[in-house]
Amino acid sequence: MSIASQDTAIRTGRVTRTLIYVVLILFALFYMLPLYVMLVNSVKPLAEITGGGMMNLPEQVTFEPWLKAWSSAQIGVEPTGLAPYFWNSIKMVVPAVAVSTILGALNGYVLTKWRFKYDTILFGLMLFACFIPFQIVLIPMARMLGLMGLAGTTWGLALVHVVYGIGFTTLYFRNYYAVFPTELIRAAQIDGAGFFQIFWRILLPSSGPIAVVSIIWQFTNIWNDFLFGASFAGADSQPMTVALNNLVQASHGVKEYNVHFAGAILAAMPTLLVYVVAGRYFVRGLMAGSVKG
Amino acid sequence: MGFLDIDNATKSYGAVEVLHKVDISIEEGEFLVLVGPSGCGKSTLLNMIAGLEEITSGEIRIRSDVMNGVHPSKRNIAMVFQSYALYPNMTVGQNITFGLEMHGTPKPEREKAMRDVARLLQIEQLLDRKPGQLSGGQRQRVAMGRALVRNPDVFLFDEPLSNLDAKLRVDMRTEIKKLHQNLGTTIVYVTHDQIEAMTLSTRIAVMNGGYVQQLGTPQEIYDSPSNIFVATFMGSPAMNVIPATVRIQNGIPQAEITRYDGSPAHLPFSQPNLSQWDGREILLGIRPETVTDVDGADRKSTNIAHLTNRIVVTEPAGSDTFVSMSLGGKDVIARMRSDAEVRAGQDFDFAVNMEKAVAFDPETEDRIPA
Repeated sequence: MSIASQDTAIRTGRVTRTLIYVVLILFALFYMLPLYVMLVNSVKPLAEITGGGMMNLPEQVTFEPWLKAWSSAQIGVEPTGLAPYFWNSIKMVVPAVAVSTILGALNGYVLTKWRFKYDTILFGLMLFACFIPFQIVLIPMARMLGLMGLAGTTWGLALVHVVYGIGFTTLYFRNYYAVFPTELIRAAQIDGAGFFQIFWRILLPSSGPIAVVSIIWQFTNIWNDFLFGASFAGADSQPMTVALNNLVQASHGVKEYNVHFAGAILAAMPTLLVYVVAGRYFVRGLMAGSVKG
Repeated sequence: MGFLDIDNATKSYGAVEVLHKVDISIEEGEFLVLVGPSGCGKSTLLNMIAGLEEITSGEIRIRSDVMNGVHPSKRNIAMVFQSYALYPNMTVGQNITFGLEMHGTPKPEREKAMRDVARLLQIEQLLDRKPGQLSGGQRQRVAMGRALVRNPDVFLFDEPLSNLDAKLRVDMRTEIKKLHQNLGTTIVYVTHDQIEAMTLSTRIAVMNGGYVQQLGTPQEIYDSPSNIFVATFMGSPAMNVIPATVRIQNGIPQAEITRYDGSPAHLPFSQPNLSQWDGREILLGIRPETVTDVDGADRKSTNIAHLTNRIVVTEPAGSDTFVSMSLGGKDVIARMRSDAEVRAGQDFDFAVNMEKAVAFDPETEDRIPA
């Protein structure tokens, strides 16, 4: 009796599992298709693309489109390639991610371990920031940047992203610290540690997973942002996304699809890289607090 | 004026008063245990001593210095938490010396203090490990090490043993007691476990509902509980509280109680001043171990009363046998030697040591003074 039922259990499992894997692999392939098209076509000479057969593997592999996209393609009026804009993006993203993550961590720390009256209302208002559409703030933000003398600068752009990011980073860190044992904070207080010492010495070293979540989230969003970049950046502070648009949307000459593909991959590369490097911490961080242990 | 004075300390959250005018004064080297059921305010009181909670009114003084509003780190106290609260990112050694570092102690001194404490607690081989790699008992030791290293005026323990398994708890209890005896430190210790309270303390404050019900030595608390709450909270099994009527016979007050079959039994009191209660209802309190078989009765007692009653259930527990019966409509437990010959349904001749009996006023639930 028991042997028979065991047998069935195994066989059912095998069939189901095969089905599940087939479906999953199909979906994965489908999902990878655009990346395949981009990669394949970015290393073809233009003639091969215009000759049709977008799905074909290249007959002749060339890295010329990549070099051109990076250093000599026409962006707007200058033939600079994407390189200077890439560095613009880096100069905007790094401080914006760092500052918004640190401020989010501080906010989370205060909102959970130094509770005050109406702190939940304040947190609710900060959460609200996550739901304000970008378009609404464009004009007031432009005015503010002008008043601060930051209009058209990389710093101004970074500031906008910090302000927009704090809502999210605060949410992450607050929820993470909410389950962080308060007894540890009390022990540190008795040990004589001050507000910032507790933060740096006790809380931050234990915040690895959630810091990774915050960094990936912020990095991806800020790097990929187009609207703020297009609205607030000056000619010499435009981020990668805006430059890519200018490259692809150029209305004169031949459409160099291979260069466009290469440029698009270059623009997507940093976010991919961040996710590949830190992705497993991302999942771990998102799970943190939901499961005991 | 004592070493640690809690003077009329009150704690309110908004309009709700959770601690009512607590008055406790202890001397240097005393081991005070705050014991009571959960929600009685014992942890709040401890946190007030630590400075983790504000005092609403009244004063807390350590070495005659008023501590109201003084930061926890400046009170020269150390605290051991229920969860141990070890810093997970630091090694054991760093955990122990963190407080010294924060107080600006130079590194060589810190190292020396750490070695001394580690030797005392036998955790020298653990100094480079992280708390996550330690067992419960080891974490407990490290938490104590962290408290000891600062050489504070007062140690505060917040239910430090309740996360340990039963056997380890008993071992660590002995360790804490040894530590107290060897170092002569002043300790305030919170627990809900009345056995911990009895075994560790030099004095106990039994708390309930935000009031200190009784403050005294373990013996006073056990033998002369000030009210029914203290009487039934301390001791396991709990003290039997039986409705009785006082009858004066030949000038001696007797407790008249109803046996299982409704017939009265008379137990003479040793307390002379119950005479004014003649004919009135009281509650008679007798500890289970004072009700025995005749052979097992306390030979030093001058007042052993005999009582025949039917045994309802017997529970052999190895070292003792617990016998339950019905008296005054209540279940009454007797604690006998394990070799006492008892069986359920038997009419048995019990010996009650009335010297140890106490009487309570049924209105106020306070003990009628002897």
